Amino acid sequence: MLLGPALVISAVLFTLGVAGVLLRRNAIVIFMCVELMLNAVNLTFVALAQRLGVGGQVFVFFVMAVAAAEAAVGLAIILAVYRHKQTVNLQNINILKG
Amino acid sequence: MTLSFFWTFGVIAMAGGLLCITRKNPIGSALWLVVTLFALAAMYVLLDAQFIAALQVLVYAGAIMVLFLFVIMLLNLGHPGPTDIKGPVGIGIAALLAGTLLLQLRVLGQATPPAAIQLPDGAMATLQQQGMVAAVAGPLFDVYLIPFEITSLLLLAAIVGAVVLAKRKL
Repeated sequence: MLLGPALVISAVLFTLGVAGVLLRRNAIVIFMCVELMLNAVNLTFVALAQRLGVGGQVFVFFVMAVAAAEAAVGLAIILAVYRHKQTVNLQNINILKG
Repeated sequence: MTLSFFWTFGVIAMAGGLLCITRKNPIGSALWLVVTLFALAAMYVLLDAQFIAALQVLVYAGAIMVLFLFVIMLLNLGHPGPTDIKGPVGIGIAALLAGTLLLQLRVLGQATPPAAIQLPDGAMATLQQQGMVAAVAGPLFDVYLIPFEITSLLLLAAIVGAVVLAKRKL
């Protein structure tokens, strides 16, 4: 049965995504780490779908659609910020600071 | 046999993820993330989700990662420069928080879904014989029809939003 290993691998991948978000300053790399977390959750959905019915696989479909929309809008925001600040390093982007 | 294949792809996925968050060059990070996504697609096949595996390769490894690489190259971030990885304090905080999270997520390994909501034995084998695409498409266009239609609205909003944000002057 693959459920146990799948959940362990998913937990490790999610942790790696969180660590990446905390570790990096490059906005694009942080974005990729968020994608890594989404993929870890997708793996959980698919692993549980094997036991609990295909509803989990349908949800992965929706997660992918949301991830695609998020990537398109997020990268457009990064492009817009880069045009103003000439950097994607989050340390130098503090427009919202009071 | 299946289990050893599954662990092989799992280790590839985890190694790809680790290399993704530690590479200095964003292009390196993106390419290692592609390795992780392909390994995940292989794992989906082993978990009887062939349709999702194909989507993973087409949408994630294809479309989304091309978008990422395109933006990295458009902003000319591929050249070697000062690292964006935080200093020792940042690494310590990240390792501490991530380690705590992993300890808490470790209970997932022993999780078993309650028997009452599990599929009866052999139900998955029957589904596999009929083909998993039909099995996924059934609920998608039946129970989840409204969310499916809302997804199209979401994608439309994302397209408009991306154009508005990325365009210099409308």
